[in-house]
Amino acid sequence: MSEIATIDAAPRSQAEARLRGLARAFARLIANPLAAIGLVVVLALVAMALFANVVSFHVPPNQQDLNARLLPPGAAHWFGTDDLGRDIYARVVFGARVTLSIVALVGVIVAPIGLAVGTSAGYFGGIVDVALMRVTDIFLAFPRLVLALAFAAALGPGIENAVIAIAITAWPPYARIARAETVTIAKSDYIAAVVLQGASSARILFRHIVPLCLSSVIVRLTLDMAGIILTAAGLGFLGLGAQPPTAEWGAMVAAGRDVVLDQWWVATIPGLAIFIVSLGFNLLGDGLRDVFDPRSS
Amino acid sequence: MRFLRQAIGLIASLLVTVLGLTAVTFSIGRFIPVDPVLAIVGDHASKSTYDRVRIEIGLDRSIPEQYVIYLKKVLSGDFGHSVMTSNPVLDDLAHFFPATLELATVATLIGVFVGVPAGVAAGALKGRWPDHIVRFLGLFGYSMPIFWLGLVGLWLFYGKLGWVSGPGRIDVGYDDLVTTRTGLLLVDSAIERNWDVFFNALSHLVLPAALLGYISLAYIARMTRSFIIEQLGQEYIVAARVKGCSFWGAVWRHAFPNVFVPLITVIGLSYASLLEGAVLTETVFAWPGLGLYITRSLFNADMNAVLGGTLVVGAVFIGINALSDFLYKIVDPRLRGA
Repeated sequence: MSEIATIDAAPRSQAEARLRGLARAFARLIANPLAAIGLVVVLALVAMALFANVVSFHVPPNQQDLNARLLPPGAAHWFGTDDLGRDIYARVVFGARVTLSIVALVGVIVAPIGLAVGTSAGYFGGIVDVALMRVTDIFLAFPRLVLALAFAAALGPGIENAVIAIAITAWPPYARIARAETVTIAKSDYIAAVVLQGASSARILFRHIVPLCLSSVIVRLTLDMAGIILTAAGLGFLGLGAQPPTAEWGAMVAAGRDVVLDQWWVATIPGLAIFIVSLGFNLLGDGLRDVFDPRSS
Repeated sequence: MRFLRQAIGLIASLLVTVLGLTAVTFSIGRFIPVDPVLAIVGDHASKSTYDRVRIEIGLDRSIPEQYVIYLKKVLSGDFGHSVMTSNPVLDDLAHFFPATLELATVATLIGVFVGVPAGVAAGALKGRWPDHIVRFLGLFGYSMPIFWLGLVGLWLFYGKLGWVSGPGRIDVGYDDLVTTRTGLLLVDSAIERNWDVFFNALSHLVLPAALLGYISLAYIARMTRSFIIEQLGQEYIVAARVKGCSFWGAVWRHAFPNVFVPLITVIGLSYASLLEGAVLTETVFAWPGLGLYITRSLFNADMNAVLGGTLVVGAVFIGINALSDFLYKIVDPRLRGA
């Protein structure tokens, strides 16, 4: 594992040093079988989303066939068909796109907000710190799902609004983490040196503090992905996420609800997809945490 | 004196948080794309009626003024009327809350009585099979969509095996057989010694409570495990063992009391999150609690009910968290000064 690095020659450039660091971290991650399984699941999800057409054998997810309603899993339809005769396998495959885009969008919104709030609070301290962290604590104290529900209800159902609703309730932990890191970083000598050279606060924050907070934020984000997927699927299940006929896993479970006692596959299989993907993110997140932040494991 | 100061500090921070919550529900109320005046007067109202109602409900005032009016109303328990049931929202909430409370309480009891011993066993036998079982159960619990688990549970235990009763809180025939005292069916029927009702209610409760209890168990066991591992690494454990204390004696007599304190917070957190997690479970099991009330109101564009429900769930959530934080400080003498 880490022995690979010690026998190598010294890196010739900054970029090479970084790349080698990443390679070492990756090797340590892969050495943990559970994390490797998680990584495989997440990569499979990405591949499924990218090549949904090929993976689904070019069966369109919304193609109805009312003569083939509620067929059990078999050779023609691997996962059976739903109440409109749509192929559940194709819908599960295309559902990966929806899930992945929700997760990615929430991550893209939440991480910068958390970083901005947390690093400013930690760096400026004083009244800025008190005010920002007070707001963070208030949002942290709210029940996430119920609040997301109320937001989604106010903004109207739909994927975009579900993303906004989840993001509004998901950023506070990132602000907490970023603040904790910034408080220690801000005291270090190299920051004092940059200050003496006359760097502006913005430059110090973005060039010298944010990059160092990134790894813990990314680890936390991976661990959070499972929760985000579950919340998004929950909103979809309640009818507040993706709207019909979009193939979204939570909404698909809801569609199979009424027939669950007789046609179990309609609700069960999309739910299994949610379970496997969020398990994958949990395994990967645990592994990443062990690699990047061994103290907390 | 110090205790008093702490209590005041706690109440102050609690008030700020609840105030923040009302600010959020207020802003959500302002976000809605529906014109609140039109919702009252209808499409065909004349301009003068429209303007009169607009002034009546205070929409002509500035936003801060509107917020103060809203706050006053909420504090006096006036959440407006529900469009769906045409009752005051507060009455509806009082009617639906006990069902959620009953479900979350039984689930938490399951979580505590199974999760704590499981977590202790896993921590004490770190790296052996009980540890692996608890870790996997925990991992699965974290990754499982609760609504899906509910459906699979219904399919298996109600549809296939017939071990439990189906959706709902009680069979139709047993409705209104006991007087409502606490609103908790199990308690009400036990008071009247009406065991038919009691066991019928229990057969409805057992599945949703067990599934929610599993989610709570996963969290409680995981936390207990890491607390126990931390304690077992301390020197006082070695000292106890050197003096001849058995391994399990050291675990239960020496390590566990120290774990008990942080566990209070964990149990409080899990209880609060179950009140919230009940939303999805209640939908699956047609359980007439707050979650079902909020989601049904949602689809009837009944914003008063949705926001009132959100406010109550939020306030209870915040209250339980603060309370467990407070208990933590009382039970652990080391934290009294902190």
